[in-house]
Amino acid sequence: MNWDVALILTVGGLATGSVYLLAGLGLVLIFSVTRVVFVPFGDIAAFAALSLAAFETGTTPPTIGLVLTLASLAVVAELWQLMRRRELARMPRVLMVWGLLPALPCLAAWWVTGRNLPAIAGIVASILLVVPIAPLIARIALRPIADASVLVLLIASLALHFLLSGLGLLFFGPEGSRTHPLVAGATTLPGGFPVSMQVLLMIASAIVLSGLFYLLFERTLHGKALRATAINRVGARLVGIRPARTAALAYGGGSLLAGLIGVLIAPVTTIYYDSGFIIGLKAFVAAIIGGLASYPLTALGALAVGLVESFASFWSGALKDVFVFGTLIPVLLLRSLLASRIEEEEEEIDE
Amino acid sequence: MTRFGSVVAAAIVALLALAPLVLGSFAVGLLNDVGIGALVALGLVLLTGVGGLTSFGQAAFVGIAAYASAWLTTTHGASPWFGLLFALAATGVSACLIGMLTLRLGGHFLPLSTIAWGLSISLLFGNIDALGRHSGLSNIPPLHLGTMSLTTPESVYYLIWPIFGLAYWFIHNLLNSRPGRAVRSLRGGATLLASVGADAFRVRLTLFVTAALLAGISGWLYAHTNRFVSPSPFDLRASIEYLLMAVAGGLGQLAGALVGAGLVFLVKNSLQDLLPLLSQRGGQLDGVAFAILFLVLLQHARGGMMGFVSRRGQGRPGAPTLPARRPVPALLRRSLPAPGTPLLAVAGAVKHFGGLVAVNDVSFAMRAGEIVGLIGPNGAGKSTMFNLITGTLPMSAGQVEFLGRDISTAPQRHIARLGMARTFQHVKLRPKMSLLDNVACGAYARTRCGMLASGLRLNRAEEQQIHDEAMRQLTRIGLADRAHEQAGSLPLGTQRILEIARALAADPVLLVLDEPAAGLRRQEKAALGELLRRLRADGISILIVEHDMAFVMKLVDRLVVMNFGAKLVEGPPAEVRANRAVQSAYLGANP
Repeated sequence: MNWDVALILTVGGLATGSVYLLAGLGLVLIFSVTRVVFVPFGDIAAFAALSLAAFETGTTPPTIGLVLTLASLAVVAELWQLMRRRELARMPRVLMVWGLLPALPCLAAWWVTGRNLPAIAGIVASILLVVPIAPLIARIALRPIADASVLVLLIASLALHFLLSGLGLLFFGPEGSRTHPLVAGATTLPGGFPVSMQVLLMIASAIVLSGLFYLLFERTLHGKALRATAINRVGARLVGIRPARTAALAYGGGSLLAGLIGVLIAPVTTIYYDSGFIIGLKAFVAAIIGGLASYPLTALGALAVGLVESFASFWSGALKDVFVFGTLIPVLLLRSLLASRIEEEEEEIDE
Repeated sequence: MTRFGSVVAAAIVALLALAPLVLGSFAVGLLNDVGIGALVALGLVLLTGVGGLTSFGQAAFVGIAAYASAWLTTTHGASPWFGLLFALAATGVSACLIGMLTLRLGGHFLPLSTIAWGLSISLLFGNIDALGRHSGLSNIPPLHLGTMSLTTPESVYYLIWPIFGLAYWFIHNLLNSRPGRAVRSLRGGATLLASVGADAFRVRLTLFVTAALLAGISGWLYAHTNRFVSPSPFDLRASIEYLLMAVAGGLGQLAGALVGAGLVFLVKNSLQDLLPLLSQRGGQLDGVAFAILFLVLLQHARGGMMGFVSRRGQGRPGAPTLPARRPVPALLRRSLPAPGTPLLAVAGAVKHFGGLVAVNDVSFAMRAGEIVGLIGPNGAGKSTMFNLITGTLPMSAGQVEFLGRDISTAPQRHIARLGMARTFQHVKLRPKMSLLDNVACGAYARTRCGMLASGLRLNRAEEQQIHDEAMRQLTRIGLADRAHEQAGSLPLGTQRILEIARALAADPVLLVLDEPAAGLRRQEKAALGELLRRLRADGISILIVEHDMAFVMKLVDRLVVMNFGAKLVEGPPAEVRANRAVQSAYLGANP
């Protein structure tokens, strides 16, 4: 390996690392507010990528069917709850929030399809299209067990991943797709080293979005409500923050990030219905480096994961994932050494 | 097991023995799959249900064993029986290594790490040339017994199910023994186990390896009945499926493994018939169906199928029928130091929590045969002082000497083994274990039988000794008639007394009691005082934290008073009561 190769690997690693960075932020956001380790995150990103591919070929993205299916399930769940509580007066509101709201991006996507609009329309539509997915599946499957232990939520979340990837196969089929680059061309770094604009775009988006993320959390009331819920849910409730609403906000924010990731990676790798899982898991490695709590550490961890993956693939393309997941073990060991040794009783599934 | 339970068990065994005579080859093949899956699920019920350690990587152990035996038998022409030894060795060693690396992790980090190694191992299978990469290994020889080759489903059936039966019997024995009680206490936390002299990490590790070995046997059977291995049956999805079996059957009971495996294979099989009728891609939809099944279970029936059975009232164990008793000698007792000899000396103990000084330069001593009370207003640092003496918390500075030995840096379980037994301010009992089993945990450090001996029932004499000892201590505190009830059914005050019985089962020199009288009624307090005085007469020394002044003043020989982390005064009760500084600490009056 010479310096040129190392530089190429470093830039490639930073580009994938910035994808993991965005995913890691989404995962930490969802975990800190809801205690759910949100495994289906990557699936949602893959769905955004596949939607964009559908727009490019001029076909209606199957995602519409997926979102509407989930929305109708959520409406059924909500109505069932209203019936049991005898609060049918709230029905119009429920239909608005869980039925109409998710249908809006579907409508937009349907309208965009097949018209000769600039590429940006398809990109925006793909991102918006997947935004309802996380809040919807969380409403259907996770809200009824919101008070269960982290472990039960983790198992449920894994089951949700298999549900989504099964549905992905049903709606998108087994074929993979790759989209046109969002920005064409390449530029030259000082020193005569060429970098494609797409890679620069990925790194730039990560920087800009994490900056926005920081501002959102530090400067807005909603961001502060999210942080408050993460630190102490009972306390947040006592000052009037509604946990279900902050959870929906966190899921929505996570979903939005997943959509962005989807359109960012769609031009650089071929995406299949189940490609998201591995992306999500690698973002987890980053999130765990941050202890599922710290955003800056997660960001650093994500870049490290991207670099490890990039360099590992130089030695053995087939085993690069083993290397990445292997790095988790020393990280976890370090975490458990650093963790305060406060005695906590083991979590129980069956109670 | 109750009589009803044994009848049901006998009926199930008889049905399983006769099944191949009635069923066709297809159904027998399905039952073979159930047996192979149930072995893994049995390990998961043990690991997750009993021990509280969740593994999303169990299929990787199945894979290690399957590939190990497949490789040895196909490339070296070895007998599958050698393959079994090799497979178990490979699984055991890898489980031991993985366990040593990860089992110290707390909370949700442990399950997350299992995803990491589970994924990595199944990725490795598909990338190693010697293991045939993604196409796997084929032409694996079938099992044989003597000259008979087990190629038909019917013939393998009579190997798989006896193996499952043996494994079930082994685990069942194990759980009702000394190491089993430690495993069942794991969820109570490492402090509970250390307080009876057990090493929680070692218990976790042996449990983890045991579950992996069960998966290993299953993998070996899988390789030689399917006679082909490839990476996909050992990936994360398969691990989740095994976990689904355990949860669907019920993590609370061993039988849940069998019920769950049966249920999952039945559903899987009927889905394969049904789904293609619904949609063209239906054949690939069973993942969706399983995910939905899993989510519904988590929402509505976390106890699984066996949860329903035990809720109907048959699962509650009555008094176990002990086999005809042979008289056994009582457990050996240690010799207590002569009354009046120095027992415990604390010198300059300091404990910081960050910037907060919880215990500040406290020194005191006690002699054998004394009852010493540690009192002080709320937040004075009494419980922290207790945690320092018993080794539950490390000291920031200072020295503790017990029976002439420096125990300042000794781990909690070593101190417990030296003869210091404690109770907890926040009760640490296993609510679903019987009073008897909870007390029997106390005798852990006095007995020796390990997992293997216990699983094979070679521990009967020792179990009898432990049982006798636990009954003796229960009689001592007056709860012998409720020995087989669940500890969680006792009122909180009585649970504290039960902790004293557990401490006594350790045959202690020094008993360290944290607020034993809290939550007791007046008569119960009188009885407790009487018990503690009897213990002193028997030569046991007692160090006690208590808020009930009337109770303490009547009981103790000497008092140590703490305030704001420091020692205020020390002396006989009457003297302390008259002390102005103590009065002002409690009442806030100006001295």
